Amino acid sequence: MTIASSSPPSRLPVGSVEGARTKPRTKRAGAGENRGDGRLAAVFIAPALLGFVVFLLWPTLRGIYLSFTRYNLLTPAEWVGLDNYTRMVQDPIFWDSLTVTVEYVIINIGVQTVSALAIAVLLQRLTQSALLRGIVLTPYLMSNVVAGIVWLWILDTQLGIGNEIIAAVGADRIPFLADETWAIPTIALINVWRHVGYTALLLFAGLQAIPGDMYEAARVDGASEWRMFWRITMPLLRPVLAVVLIMTVIGSFQVFDTVAVTTGGGPANATNVLQFYIYGAAFGRFQFGYASAMSVALLVVLSAITVIQYRLTRAGQSDLG
Amino acid sequence: MATVTAPTTQTLERPLRRRPSPGRIAAWAVMAAIVLITLLPFYWILRTALSSNPGLAANPTDPLPVDVTTGGFERALGLQSTQEAIAQGGAGGGLKFWRYLLNSLIVSTLVTVCQIFFSAMAAYAFARLRWRGRDKVFALFLAGLMVPTIFTLLPNFVLIKELGLVDTLLGISLPTMFMTPFAVFFLRQFFMNIPREVEEAALLDGAGKVRIFFRVLLPMASTPVLTLAVLTYITSWNDYFWPLMVSYSDSSRVLTVALAIFRAQTPQTGIDWSGLMAATLIAALPMLVLFGFFARRIVGSISFTGIK
Repeated sequence: MTIASSSPPSRLPVGSVEGARTKPRTKRAGAGENRGDGRLAAVFIAPALLGFVVFLLWPTLRGIYLSFTRYNLLTPAEWVGLDNYTRMVQDPIFWDSLTVTVEYVIINIGVQTVSALAIAVLLQRLTQSALLRGIVLTPYLMSNVVAGIVWLWILDTQLGIGNEIIAAVGADRIPFLADETWAIPTIALINVWRHVGYTALLLFAGLQAIPGDMYEAARVDGASEWRMFWRITMPLLRPVLAVVLIMTVIGSFQVFDTVAVTTGGGPANATNVLQFYIYGAAFGRFQFGYASAMSVALLVVLSAITVIQYRLTRAGQSDLG
Repeated sequence: MATVTAPTTQTLERPLRRRPSPGRIAAWAVMAAIVLITLLPFYWILRTALSSNPGLAANPTDPLPVDVTTGGFERALGLQSTQEAIAQGGAGGGLKFWRYLLNSLIVSTLVTVCQIFFSAMAAYAFARLRWRGRDKVFALFLAGLMVPTIFTLLPNFVLIKELGLVDTLLGISLPTMFMTPFAVFFLRQFFMNIPREVEEAALLDGAGKVRIFFRVLLPMASTPVLTLAVLTYITSWNDYFWPLMVSYSDSSRVLTVALAIFRAQTPQTGIDWSGLMAATLIAALPMLVLFGFFARRIVGSISFTGIK
């Protein structure tokens, strides 16, 4: 159960679940009960277990195995030991794309977390409108592809309304997605647009768990909203915030779609994020072994980040007690 | 926190109605700005889709559609001849969004219905049936939560290729059709919170466990199942990376992949923005409608499902 407590869904009411399980099994010694439900359970579990083994467990193991091979899909995989990994650490493009990815994640998560927190607090303290919560969620209904294309149009250097406005106030047009310095921040912000509402609703749910009378009491004592935010909201929201942060960071590292439809990794590899490089290695150059090795590296990085973040933020503990 | 379906809105304090202070006015202004940034791009899609390409070039800032036409939609749906399309600034690549719409519908429906149903069955077995090895298998499922989906995509592609299912709708659906660890975990959690007395009453009435699952527990779980289903549908509909790997032709091309192709087919005159936005609208609208139907229930319970 260590996994359970460190995985995101541990925010679900685990306590009550454990309670339900250990509930004394009184007066239930009927004949059917003693036999257990083995056969029935086998039928119920079979489809999910099949899917789990074939499309999750086996691919995971196979992905690790493939990272030690040379494989081009056509001829059988050939064991090459650590070759892919030595190649990876010597590959400047790999390190470059890792750097670009980290840069993306920092901007994306930084802006998104602060904005989501602000929106969540506004939704809690200003109004409880369900309509506003629905509106805030709408970009999340779009695919990354749609979001990428729409902003590609809005930010178009020649005709995009964004650049028209910039030009109208007398500034120079900005080639948002065609410039090496602007491209990554732009993609990061496009993805903030799509995901911030969803993140805000998760935080909002966390805020709803904070007893309202705490704010009432603080207000009676003359505390300002600003002070209440730092003294009540932040400390009590911390466990939820930590879990949301872990989730969003993991998601952020997997950025691919937006890059694929807006910049295609360019200009000059400026947006060649890791997942895009991996895809190119596998489907552009048919180096499935090398692509798998880089995937394993990403997996290791993500696991490490999860553990570190979890430790740092003590996600398991709640100040609400 | 004990009940899944507890509406998050009404239970807790409502902010006091107070005289508008400067801080409050500023806060509302920020909220208004957020709403604008959220919604304006949607209007801009519509405005562009209804404009003609020459109109867009001549008048890029007009807030209303310029030179109103349905040409963009006709190009997206493959209703224009190649010459006609090229004349209006399209690529003439012959994309048929009807087809992709249908493909997306099939994949998302197949994935959602099967995944939720099988996950619910497994969740019931984990929550309410007693069998040897249950806790070990469940721990394995939980461990599965830790594997980022993206890690399994390459090996899964190799598998789908070996199964001869590349470029089929089944090939796209298969990996997520049976379960996700999250769906199983989430539904198990819900079933465990249903009081045992409910089942015991049905057992005393002589109902079998299968019957209890279908007639008692599943209906009780309708709200979380619905929320999960809508979110699964949206996720499946919006998925791009996996279908991009698996589909190569019209027969299995889904909307996201088609959109990216449309965007890449740049005609000599520049991107066919009108047609591209029309196609974008076609891809996005079904999810907006779906959400419109279920918004109330989803927004209320997203708190719970959302932690994913």
